[in-house]
Amino acid sequence: MGEALTKSAQWTAAGHGTRTLEITPLNEVILKEIMMFVESFIYKYPQEAKYVFVEPLEWKTNLDPSAFESGYIVSETTVKSEEVDESGQPLLFLSVPHIKIRNFGQLSRLLLIAKDTKLKEAQACIEANRDPVAKILGLDYNTVKEDTSTVNILDKITKDEDSESEMKMKIAMLLRQLDVHLLNHCLKHISLQISLNPTSVKNDIELLKNFSGKGEQTVLESIDYTSDYEFSNGCRAPPWRQIHGEICYVLVKPHDVETLCITCSAEGVFLNGGKTDDEGEIDYERKGELYKDLVTFLKEKSAKFSENMSKQGIKFRNAQKKEKEEPTNELPEKEEAAPVQKAITLEKNQINFGKSQMTKRLEPSLNWKATVDFKDRNLLRDPQVEKHRGKPERSGPPVLCGRAQLARKSTEKTEEIVSESSSESEEDEEPSDHRQEANADLPSEYWQIQKVVKYLKGGNQTATVIALCSMKDFNLAQETCQLAIRDVGGLEVLINLLDTDEVKCKIGSLKILMEISHNPQIRRNIVDLGGLPIMVNILDSPHKSLKCLAAETIANVAKFRRARRAVRHHGGITKLVALLDCGKSSAEPAQPSLYDARDVDVARCGALALWSCSRSYANKEAIRKAGGIPLLARLLKTSHENMLIPVVGTLQECASEENYRAAIKAERIIEDLVKNLNSTNEQLQEHCAMAIYQCAEDEETRDLVRLHGGLKPLASLLNNTDNKERLAAVTGAIWKCSMSKENVTKFREYKAIETLVELLTDQPEEVLVNVVGALGECCQEYENRVLVRKCGGIQPLVKLLVGTNQALLVNVTKAVGACAVEPESMMTIDRLDGVRLLWSLLKNPHPEVKASAAWALCPCIQNAKDSGEMVRSFVGGLELVVNLLKSDNKEVLASVCAAITNIAKDQENLAVITDHGVVPLLSKLANTNNDKLRHHLAEAISCCCMWGRNRVAFGEYKAVAPLVRYLKSNDPSVHRATAQALYQLSEEADNCITMHENGAVKLLLHMVGSPDQDLQEAAAGCISNIRRLALATEKARYT
Amino acid sequence: MSRKKLQKLTDTLTKNCKHFNTFEVECLINLFYKLVGDVTERQGMVIGIDRNTFRNILHMTFGMTDDMIMDRVFRGFDKDNDGCINVSEWIYGLSVFLRGTLEEKMKYCFEVFDLNGDGFISKDEMFHMLKNSLLKQPSEEDPDEGIKDLVEITLKKMDHDHDGKLSFSDYEQSVREETLLLEAFGPCLPDPKSNVLREWSVFVTYTTKASAAYS
Repeated sequence: MGEALTKSAQWTAAGHGTRTLEITPLNEVILKEIMMFVESFIYKYPQEAKYVFVEPLEWKTNLDPSAFESGYIVSETTVKSEEVDESGQPLLFLSVPHIKIRNFGQLSRLLLIAKDTKLKEAQACIEANRDPVAKILGLDYNTVKEDTSTVNILDKITKDEDSESEMKMKIAMLLRQLDVHLLNHCLKHISLQISLNPTSVKNDIELLKNFSGKGEQTVLESIDYTSDYEFSNGCRAPPWRQIHGEICYVLVKPHDVETLCITCSAEGVFLNGGKTDDEGEIDYERKGELYKDLVTFLKEKSAKFSENMSKQGIKFRNAQKKEKEEPTNELPEKEEAAPVQKAITLEKNQINFGKSQMTKRLEPSLNWKATVDFKDRNLLRDPQVEKHRGKPERSGPPVLCGRAQLARKSTEKTEEIVSESSSESEEDEEPSDHRQEANADLPSEYWQIQKVVKYLKGGNQTATVIALCSMKDFNLAQETCQLAIRDVGGLEVLINLLDTDEVKCKIGSLKILMEISHNPQIRRNIVDLGGLPIMVNILDSPHKSLKCLAAETIANVAKFRRARRAVRHHGGITKLVALLDCGKSSAEPAQPSLYDARDVDVARCGALALWSCSRSYANKEAIRKAGGIPLLARLLKTSHENMLIPVVGTLQECASEENYRAAIKAERIIEDLVKNLNSTNEQLQEHCAMAIYQCAEDEETRDLVRLHGGLKPLASLLNNTDNKERLAAVTGAIWKCSMSKENVTKFREYKAIETLVELLTDQPEEVLVNVVGALGECCQEYENRVLVRKCGGIQPLVKLLVGTNQALLVNVTKAVGACAVEPESMMTIDRLDGVRLLWSLLKNPHPEVKASAAWALCPCIQNAKDSGEMVRSFVGGLELVVNLLKSDNKEVLASVCAAITNIAKDQENLAVITDHGVVPLLSKLANTNNDKLRHHLAEAISCCCMWGRNRVAFGEYKAVAPLVRYLKSNDPSVHRATAQALYQLSEEADNCITMHENGAVKLLLHMVGSPDQDLQEAAAGCISNIRRLALATEKARYT
Repeated sequence: MSRKKLQKLTDTLTKNCKHFNTFEVECLINLFYKLVGDVTERQGMVIGIDRNTFRNILHMTFGMTDDMIMDRVFRGFDKDNDGCINVSEWIYGLSVFLRGTLEEKMKYCFEVFDLNGDGFISKDEMFHMLKNSLLKQPSEEDPDEGIKDLVEITLKKMDHDHDGKLSFSDYEQSVREETLLLEAFGPCLPDPKSNVLREWSVFVTYTTKASAAYS
């Protein structure tokens, strides 16, 4: 109903602030309709009636609290409904005189209660809530700005199909229906009364002018417009007034009265406030009654006019009739309706709420708005529309270009957001569109290119080939030329050429496209112009050079998601994979045609394209399904570097998928990767190392790398630190490989560890992450720890603890933790304040960092001198640790439990953490199924038993029974920790009873037979405690 | 023609032609006589394909349309300039036309484009050959303006020694840089899109059958 309210309801003034509805028949009808709608709402749509508005509708009511009866809690000045929303708020709340209502049900009831005054209430409500729809449904549903909002709503609905938005949508639809209904009603109403439009007003005025002038015989002394400017829609009122339906203002000087300033509006003619003296502005306020047209109005106002009119009447009326018969009347109307219609048809995927008839009626008002709308849209679509037409005169007014550009930017952005599901990073996604500055001088190439493109368009095959060859001579690597080709409409032509069957033209065109598609903007344009499907089709061509060029161009274009998806959707992946299969169709034609390339090149280009495409997850899958892996494996056996790079690149890209890693192992690709590590090409080395990095998560693969002698080249590549990308890949491979002990031994042999320590300084983060990761793995062994310390690795490692990179912090904490196992290293760490740094990382927002830091703290606390004192020295540190037990991340919990185990070894600290409530928090965690957490939790519990009445407390917080169940776990380390915890807890009689009740004895007896001595001892101790209690009770009973 | 004579002719022609084998030559000879018709060979009378028949072949089989180019192609085939293509000219011409190496084709094409045979492709010749290559735009005052411009573009691209005309070496250098320029001034070779021999179904079936029998 927003539409109807804003556009057809007659508000008193145009001014700002609160406005009131005028009491006109039209408004009355609208209000009555709204009331009927609301009253019947509760019966027709009981479900929707319960929907709680986003914001309450508020207004000042005249109703007395006493009017409310059952269903309301009534006091003297307030009324609350018994019906409440989820949070218990009443849906109707009246605090005289303010009333707030939050659903349709209450609204309906209120109208019933209001009885006679309901019209007034409705009016007050509408006046106070100028935008009821927004309040009811939320701003998204605000229909006033509906051109965008409906789309938004649809979006929303498709996004979250929960019942709430469904409900909202339903209500929105209902309201729209009401809106349309109201508008139609108004339409009828208005058409009954008047039918003024700019043309008829103009005609009237022109006619009156003819009969005006000096002398007694004329009808008027003068009649003039206030403004000389006439808008294209025939109105003279300023646009912001046209919204209100006003057409023009006229100054009329009748013979017998003062000059009248009259507003001619679509609704009719009325007297306005007249011209204000100072600025010639018109006071738009309506000052008198509404008349159906100018003549009627003047007859009423001026007796002389009336008199003379009756004399001149016949003449006048005849002229009027004549005018009306002429078709001029219709023409402008149609014209005006046109943009409106267009605007509406442009609103695709929108439910058309049938407002077109309405807009036609209220011409001056809606027209203005609609045309502006249309302009906006036009701006948005401009680039594409023009593109498709391929106008050569694209260069037009440069300012406009810039604006179109801006608009395009925004469309592209939105397009990107909704584009694809896959989530990998897009380095080149940003649509930076810097076309030549508006006023910058166009380079001479621009004009030359424009000329060449002209011949490209208008030439036959021969001329086209010449033009293409000439175009190729421009420096196509230069952005000015690339964009010039696009801006003069060359891109369309080039792509169109691909769709012909002229082989030579296709070749020439692809050669150019291949070059210019290095430009990200051009890529986008190519995709927008539908170039990809055509190129994908060319992959089927019998001409190899065409295939090559097409594949290479695809490789360039498919650097962003939408393009990659387009390649896949048009079956490009299968075709590209087929290109890899070069050996199979070995039957080379007897005489190679002029335009044929070698099979190897075809395969190379195919691999290049696949490399680009493989950045999307779905494409990886498609490549695999198309049987790409064995083909890639076969190509890997070749020795051409330019072939190997895209092949390894593709594999490296795809190795992020588990399927691929398995296949890479199965196809014996590791061997070739290792072999190519020894290549002299840095890029190839980088990709091989990267592929190994991806695959070496798998233990078998790590062994394979070692067995094929891959560790040595990796270690030696460490020495070359200039190429950072390669260094990152190599260190990554080393990190993953060093997860195997044998590999670490090898690395030590190759002196890689010393080199790694050197790399701890002055490297980019990508490298550091891997270097530190590798050191973390290496330091699991004693020798390497010593080595790292001796090489001075501790200090740079501790320094890295202050970083912010999450991955780096995880690795650094791990490495520092590994070093801290060494008491000597620990001293260094302590001296460098490393423990404090680790501790502060417990506050890091990333759970992985938290967990890793907590793990690293354990050896630190174990090995530090005066560790108890050290721990206490961290202000708030213990509380922080205890509070981490509230985390919901299992790894964090396990690590914190381990840290608590170590902290609790110091009595004083144990006392502090007990005060911080460690016991209930630990007890709360007891019901877990995670064995790692169980292990550390049990250890923490057993250590925490050592203080005060903690044993009792654990029993009270019901930690004992779950612990007994841990004994049924399959993990021996859990058994040991649990048995120890139970032993500690069994010192308390009540706990013994709980254990016994939960069948601990039998399980523990089983544990006594374990080969693990600690477990044996703990289990036996626990049993003995239980037994002793039993004996004591027996004894007590008999004595 | 007697079997023996054919055999002999085939052998001699095969010797002089590197791109066709015996069978292909034999088929082409057969084709030649089919095209010429049943003219009994007489002393002093040249047997050959006349200009019109040849142009017909070029048009029907190879889709050529440009009269001037077709004439030049005929000249290219007709080495002895006697107005008709005899059997050896036929075989030799086709071997270049269909299977020539890049060098042979360049030579052939250059001859075709060098309308007056003076060893250079002049601006006028280019203009002549390109004059129908642009769509006439009614807006333009001088319809030849575009052609002239195109000639300039071509010259800029191909005239390496900047003497305002194309010598064979200019042409050769350009083509080696960009193969697409081989037929720069009009199609005078079989279109790569059509597998040439496809249309010559007779020829194809003959050769394939023959080679199949032989291997």
